[in-house]
Amino acid sequence: MSDTVESGSKVLGPAGADGDGGRGNGGRQVVVRSLAVFGRQREATVLVVAVALLLYFGITHTSTFVTQTNIVDLLSELMAPIAIIAIGEVMLLICGEIDLSVGFIYTLAPFVTLFAITDYHLPSLVAVILGLLSGVVVGWVNGFITVTLGVPSFITTIGTGFVLLGVALVVSHAEPSPTPPIALGVGKWLGVPGNPWQWAPFVWAVVLVAIFHVVLTRTRWGLYTISAGGNLLGAREAGINVGRIKYGNFMISGFMGALVGLQTAFYTNNVDPTAGGYTPMFYAVIAAVIGGTAMLGGSGTILGAFLGAMVLATLTDGFDILGISANILPVIFGGAILVAMIANVQLARLRGAGRSI
Amino acid sequence: MTTQDLGTQPSAGDGPPPDDVLRAEHVSKRFGAVTALRDVNLHLARGEVLALLGDNGAGKSTLMKILCGFQQPDTGRIVVNGQELTLKSVEHARSLGIDIVYQDLALIPGLSVYHNMFLNREKVRWPLLNNRAMRRIAREHLDEMGVNIPSVQVSVAQLSGGQRQAIAVARAVFENAKILLLDEPLAAMGVKEGAMILDLVQDLKRRGDVSVIIIAHNYGQVFEICDRVNLLQQGEITFDKPSRETSVEELTDLVVEEYRQALRERHGLA
Repeated sequence: MSDTVESGSKVLGPAGADGDGGRGNGGRQVVVRSLAVFGRQREATVLVVAVALLLYFGITHTSTFVTQTNIVDLLSELMAPIAIIAIGEVMLLICGEIDLSVGFIYTLAPFVTLFAITDYHLPSLVAVILGLLSGVVVGWVNGFITVTLGVPSFITTIGTGFVLLGVALVVSHAEPSPTPPIALGVGKWLGVPGNPWQWAPFVWAVVLVAIFHVVLTRTRWGLYTISAGGNLLGAREAGINVGRIKYGNFMISGFMGALVGLQTAFYTNNVDPTAGGYTPMFYAVIAAVIGGTAMLGGSGTILGAFLGAMVLATLTDGFDILGISANILPVIFGGAILVAMIANVQLARLRGAGRSI
Repeated sequence: MTTQDLGTQPSAGDGPPPDDVLRAEHVSKRFGAVTALRDVNLHLARGEVLALLGDNGAGKSTLMKILCGFQQPDTGRIVVNGQELTLKSVEHARSLGIDIVYQDLALIPGLSVYHNMFLNREKVRWPLLNNRAMRRIAREHLDEMGVNIPSVQVSVAQLSGGQRQAIAVARAVFENAKILLLDEPLAAMGVKEGAMILDLVQDLKRRGDVSVIIIAHNYGQVFEICDRVNLLQQGEITFDKPSRETSVEELTDLVVEEYRQALRERHGLA
């Protein structure tokens, strides 16, 4: 059903005694084998789709699509938020949980930073760090209610999400405020319009994706995250502290939500109580799922989610360029998630049937 | 008539013979009004393969749970390597070299074979996993145990039931288990698959330092590889013979006789 987390040019180790046949049949076999290896990667399909979409819009609408303004829109404004939030969702989905509150952490974190500056006159770096920490704290609360108190995360995070939204509305009196200019010295590192800082959100996304790809595939934390979602009892039997893993992944998700919230606040120069919400969270979950992460846990990839975010962002941006109404987009996204899930389930079934014995 | 005298067993004399790695003596366990085990005596010699047979509800799983430290007996003694002790937990039993292997419970489907072999004992070159070392060691260990899989890098989800069972057994041995409890290792397995597990157990027997208790209700399959057979019926061990002194037919007769007895009793009550 799933591939190894090992990404793989060297999928066949020292050959087993299972007579896997002749080696060294020249280049053709290498090509066939690498194609097979490629096809087995969960990211393969979504990579093809992402590249195809980019090529399509790039070639048919070169003058509008391939401009710096549009590429910044695409990568920093549309894609980066989805990709960053998706990192947290992928980690959580793999270990068998979900965070529906992350979009409201996105809403609230900028207010934490804002009030730390305007009301408490803290240095803006400290204020930004407090904003990020607020996301981590909410993640811890999600972990506490889910892991320690035993409420399914689906319910936990609906609850905490509402609470966060309410708090954001109360503290802001439902009014947006401009980002304090004094904070821009720090804020530009998170991303503000104009060169070169407008690239910052995308750079953050790439760096975080790279880091968490390594965390997931090359560290104990990643193995235990997969173990917790793939076989909870087996993981416990092996002595893995599953609760700690889940707590940690909720906190990672909270951090990502807060980061995106702050980035958006700086980028738009606006701390807005209507920013965030369910939409970015659902986009992130869709990106995760079409990138090959299993909703039921046990497998998934960060790179796939990054490519999934690329697909969603390219569609949104491309439709805008084509002049097609954005109203149709939900239909496309809904279709994409259904197709991805149906393909996942059916391919797993086919593979299961194909395996004899 | 069906009860064999346990005292006739050469290894069940006064004082534990040095070669018994595991003994359960006069073990009883009740759950409310139900007596799951009644004065059970079981012993396992070093390097021995013991088949523990019995119908569903005979008390096999209760006995296994006691031997692997998951539950404590109400009365009776557990003796490991000549030492009487209480198995406080599964971890405690494992630290003494007693490990139970379930078919599907043990492994993580989304992880590769070698990550499963090293689960929670990974080799790390901080902060990253030392995958190269783990692959090599896992490969060597599986080769040494004669476990045939195409590559240690495939995920467990892609393996058949028999291969998974083999990996689970290999992992337990790898973690230094000296007493393996295999819970229905052949359940839901084809002939070829089952043969693979039987070969593996045979191999363990040849190595001599690992003792095995196989729990099964299909005794035809395990008969050929076990040294001794115990039959558990309604919470009591009613039969204990070296397998060369008995036969599948004799065991079948015993079980059928038990079934008839139960039927007679039920009709008598009705």
